[in-house]
Amino acid sequence: MNHYTKLLSATAIVAATSASATELEVMHWWTSGGEAAAVKQFADAFNATGNTWVDAAIAGGEAARAVMVSRLTGGDPMGAFQFNHGRQAEELIEAGLLRDITDIAEAEGWLDLVNPSTLLDACTVDGRIYCAPVNIHSWQWLWVSHKAFADAGVAVPGNWAEFVAASDALAAADKIPLAMGQQGWQQSGAFNVMMASLLPSDVFTSVYGDKDTAVAGGADVATVFAAAASAREMAANSTVQNWNDATNLVIQGEAGGQIMGDWAQGEFAVAGSVAGEDYSCLPGLGTNPRLSTGGDAFYFPVLSDDEQAAAQAELAALLLKPATQVSFNLAKGSLPVRGDIDLSAANDCMQKGLALLADGALLPDVNMLVTPDTANQLNTLFVEFFADTSISAEDAQARFVDIIADAD
Amino acid sequence: MSSERPSQLFRNKSAKIAAIPMIVTALFVFVGGTAWTIVYSFTKSGLLPRLRWVGLDQYERLWSTNRWLVSIENLIIYGLCMLVLVFVIGFILAALIDQKIRFENTIRTVILYPYALSFVVTGLVWQWILNPEFGIESIIQAWGWDSFAFDPLYNADIAIFGVLIAGLWQGSGLVMVLMLAGLRGIDQEVWKAARVDGIPAWKTYIFIVIPMMRPVFITTLVLVVTGIVKIYDLIVAQTGGGPGISTEVPAKYVYDMMFQANNLGQGFAASTMMLLTVALVVIPWAILEFGGSKNRG
Amino acid sequence: MVDVTPDALAGPQGPKPRKTFSRRNIFLYGTLIMVALYYALPLYVMIITSMKGMPEIRLGNVFSPPVEITFAPWVKAWSEACTGLTCEGLSTGFWNSVRITIPSVIASIAIASVNGYALANWKFKGADAFFTILIFGAFIPYQVMLYPIVIMLREMGLYGSLSGLVIVHTIFGMPILTLLFRNYFTSLPEELFKAARVDGAGFWGIYFRIMLPMSVPIFTVAVILQVTGIWNDFLFGVVYTRPESYPMTVALNNIVNSTQGVKEYNVNMAATIITGLVPLTIYFVSGKLFVRGIAAGAVKG
Repeated sequence: MNHYTKLLSATAIVAATSASATELEVMHWWTSGGEAAAVKQFADAFNATGNTWVDAAIAGGEAARAVMVSRLTGGDPMGAFQFNHGRQAEELIEAGLLRDITDIAEAEGWLDLVNPSTLLDACTVDGRIYCAPVNIHSWQWLWVSHKAFADAGVAVPGNWAEFVAASDALAAADKIPLAMGQQGWQQSGAFNVMMASLLPSDVFTSVYGDKDTAVAGGADVATVFAAAASAREMAANSTVQNWNDATNLVIQGEAGGQIMGDWAQGEFAVAGSVAGEDYSCLPGLGTNPRLSTGGDAFYFPVLSDDEQAAAQAELAALLLKPATQVSFNLAKGSLPVRGDIDLSAANDCMQKGLALLADGALLPDVNMLVTPDTANQLNTLFVEFFADTSISAEDAQARFVDIIADAD
Repeated sequence: MSSERPSQLFRNKSAKIAAIPMIVTALFVFVGGTAWTIVYSFTKSGLLPRLRWVGLDQYERLWSTNRWLVSIENLIIYGLCMLVLVFVIGFILAALIDQKIRFENTIRTVILYPYALSFVVTGLVWQWILNPEFGIESIIQAWGWDSFAFDPLYNADIAIFGVLIAGLWQGSGLVMVLMLAGLRGIDQEVWKAARVDGIPAWKTYIFIVIPMMRPVFITTLVLVVTGIVKIYDLIVAQTGGGPGISTEVPAKYVYDMMFQANNLGQGFAASTMMLLTVALVVIPWAILEFGGSKNRG
Repeated sequence: MVDVTPDALAGPQGPKPRKTFSRRNIFLYGTLIMVALYYALPLYVMIITSMKGMPEIRLGNVFSPPVEITFAPWVKAWSEACTGLTCEGLSTGFWNSVRITIPSVIASIAIASVNGYALANWKFKGADAFFTILIFGAFIPYQVMLYPIVIMLREMGLYGSLSGLVIVHTIFGMPILTLLFRNYFTSLPEELFKAARVDGAGFWGIYFRIMLPMSVPIFTVAVILQVTGIWNDFLFGVVYTRPESYPMTVALNNIVNSTQGVKEYNVNMAATIITGLVPLTIYFVSGKLFVRGIAAGAVKG
C-alpha cells in the first residue's frame, strides 16, 4: 500500500495540499467525453472533502467486469466501483465481498428520497442495502427524423402505429424506415421496448418478473413478436452495427427513426439537432408513455483499512447529495435518482422523462429482473431473429418461452 | 546429424535446475490451470468461480445451443481456408520477394506492418472498406461496373469470408517473413543443380525446396493454428459476430459467457471442449514430432 | 539437411533475375505492387481518416483524401483524449508500457532461451513431455486462465505488482519462444558443443560463451515477437496491475472502445497508429536481422 501511495503522491500535484487525505480508488467504465465530464463532478466533490479520488477508468463492461472480479478474488479490492444496478452484483454480495451500506442509506434518508424506490430495491439483498444508485437511464424512446418524413412527404408520426403506417412512404423515398444497429443488445432492447410500450405493464412484469411461461407464450406476447417481425422488415436495409451509427442515420435524415435509450440524445446534441425541430423523441413509442428505470450504481468492496472505509462512507453519502446529483446528471444526460431536486436546465426530452418520473409512469428495468445470463440468451435470440427472415415470429416466440422457462 | 546428442552422456544437474521455470509453468499453469477450468466446468459458477456441482448440465446446454454449433462450423471453415491460403500466399510472396527485387525492405515492411497494429481499429477499417455504400463496391460501381457486388460483411452466407480477407491481411505478413527466411536458408547449390538438370523453377520449389523447409513449416504451422483457434479480437472488431450469428467463433462464445453473461461454468465448459479437441490433435502430433528423433523440427 | 554458410544468409537465393524489362519482371513487379496495395490500403484509410475533421468523416468518403488536413486528432490522441478523469491521452500510459515491456521481454526471452538450450543440448528424462505440454499451452485461450492466475499470484503475494505482470507475460510467451530457441540451438553445429565439453565447460559456461554469441539473430526474432505481443497487450496489463501502472493500451482501449457518446473515428485511427509505432520501429530497425535470424533458427533443424 505505502509503495503505491508514494508513487501516487509523487505524481499528483494536488496531493500536497491534503496530507491527511485518504486515497480511494474508484473504478468505472465512463470513458467517453460526456461520461468523463460527468464522473469528474463526483471526483471534484469527493476531492473537496479532503480525500483523493484515484481514477481507474476502463472502457467496456466486459473488461471492467474481468478486472473487478480479479481484484476482488485477488484480495486487492478497489475502494468503489460502478456497476449497472441489477442482478449482476448478487453473487459478489452473497460471497461477502461487498460492504453493507445500510447504515449510510438510513442516515442519509435514502429510503424516502430515492425515486422510484425500485432503484433501491435493486441494491437490496435480504433487506440490506449494498449499492448507491446514481442515475436513471430509460430505454423506451423512439427517435424520429423530421427530415426523413418531410422528404417522404408524410407527417411526422406521433406514435408507433403511425410510424409503421408511414414505412412504405419512407421506403418509396429511398429511406430506411427503421434504423437499427446489428448487435443483440440493441435488438433485444428494441423488442423489450415494444413489449413494454405496446402492451399493458402487467404483461411485461409477469414475463420478466414472474417468468410466467404461459404469458410469455400467450397471444399478447405473440402480437409483440408480430410487431418485431414488421420492425425486422423496416430495418432490413439498416446494415450499421453500432447504435450511434444508426442514430447518425436518423440525424442525417436517411432513416425514419430508431428505438434507443435516452443516451441517444447526446448524439443529437453533438450534431446540433434541436428537439422538436429536427427530431422528436417519443417516450413509450408514443403509444404508452412509460419508462423503465435502469441505470448505474456504485458498490463498495469490504476493506480492512479503517481510513479507507471511512472514505468509502463519505463517498457513498456524497453520491446522492442534491448538488452532486444535479451536476452529474446534467453532464451525463441521465435523470437524477431523487425526486426533490430542480433540473430546469434539462432539455425537452429530459423534461419529458422527468415528467414521467414524477407521474410514476414507470417499469423496472429488464436487467433488474433477469440475470445477465438470461439477458445474453435473449440477445442471441434477437440477433438471430433480426438477421434471418426464415425464423418466423412463432419460432422465435417458442425459443423465447424456453429462455424464460430456464431463467431464474 | 542423426547421431546421439551428448545429453545422454553428460547429464547435468544445471540443466534440470535451469528448466525449473518451464516445468513449473507446464505443470502449475498449463496443466493446473486446465484442470481447474475443467473442474469448474461441472459447476454452476456465475460471476465468481464457485463449487456448486451441476454435473453435465453445462455441457448439455452447450451442445443444444445453436450459437455454439454455428461457432464450430465457422471455425472449421475459417480455419481450413486460413491455413491453406496463408501458407500459399505467404510462400508465393516470399518466393516473389526472393527474386533479388529492388525495394525489398520496403515491400517486406509494408506486408508485415499489419502484424503490429491492434485489431480494435483495423477491424473497423476493414468494416468500412467492405461496406457496400462507401467501400470498394461503391468505388468500382462508380468506375462504371454497375452490377459489381461485393458486400461480404452484409451477407450472412459469406460473411466469414469477409473476416478471412482481414485475417489474411493481418497474418500473412508474418508467414511471408518466416517463409522468406526459410528460402534464404536453402543452399544456392540446389538452384544451380536444378538449372543444370533443366528442372523448371516451379518444380524445383515444390519437389526440392519445400521439403527442405520442413522445420520452418512446422514453426509456422504452430503459430498459425494457435492464432486460428484463439481468433477473437478480429471478429469482435470487424463484425461483432454478425450479421446475425454468422461469424461467431468458439473463443468469442467462451469470453461472452465468462465476462458478459456472468456464466463462468458455461464458458469453462465451452473452453474445455475446445481444449479437448486441441489435445486430441496436438499431443499425438507433438509426441511424433518432438518426442521421437531429436534432430527434427 | 543443408549446411548454411554465413554469406549464404546474406541475400536472396532464388533463381537468377534476367533483363530489367522482361515480361517476367513486369509480371513480378506488377504482382508485388498489387499485393502491396492490398496491404497498404487499410493504412492509407487510417492515415487519411486521422487527418480529417469529424464532419468530413460523417460524409462517408472513406477513400477520398482530406479536403482540409488537420493534425488535431493526433494531438488529441497523444495528449488530450480523456481516460476517465485524466485527459492526457496516450502519453499517460507510455512510460508504464515501457516499464512493463522491457523487463517482460528480457525475462521471457532469458527463460525461454535457457529452456530451448536445455531441451536441445541437455535433454533430460521427461523433457519432451514438458515441452509437449508447453506446445499444448500455446493453444489455450488465455482469457480462460485469467482467474486461476489471479489465484496463483495471490498465493505468491505478487498480485497487483509489476513483477506479477512480468511473470504472466513470461508464462504466455514461453511456448512459442521455447519452440523457436529449441529449433535454433538444435541446428547449431554439434562439434562446437562437444569441443566445449571436452574443454570442461559446464551448462552455463557453454550457454554464455558458445551459444549466446552465436544466437544474436534468433534473439532479434524473439525480441520482435515479444515486443509486439507485450506492447499491444491490454487485458493482462489491466487485470494484473493497479491503475498507476496501467499500460498505454488501457488509454487506447478507453479512447476507441467507449460505448456511449460520439465515436471520434479520426482520434481512434491516430491513437492506433501511434500505439503501433513502437513495434513498427522495432521491425524497421531490425529488418535484415529479423529475416536472417529466422533463417538461422527455424530452417536448419
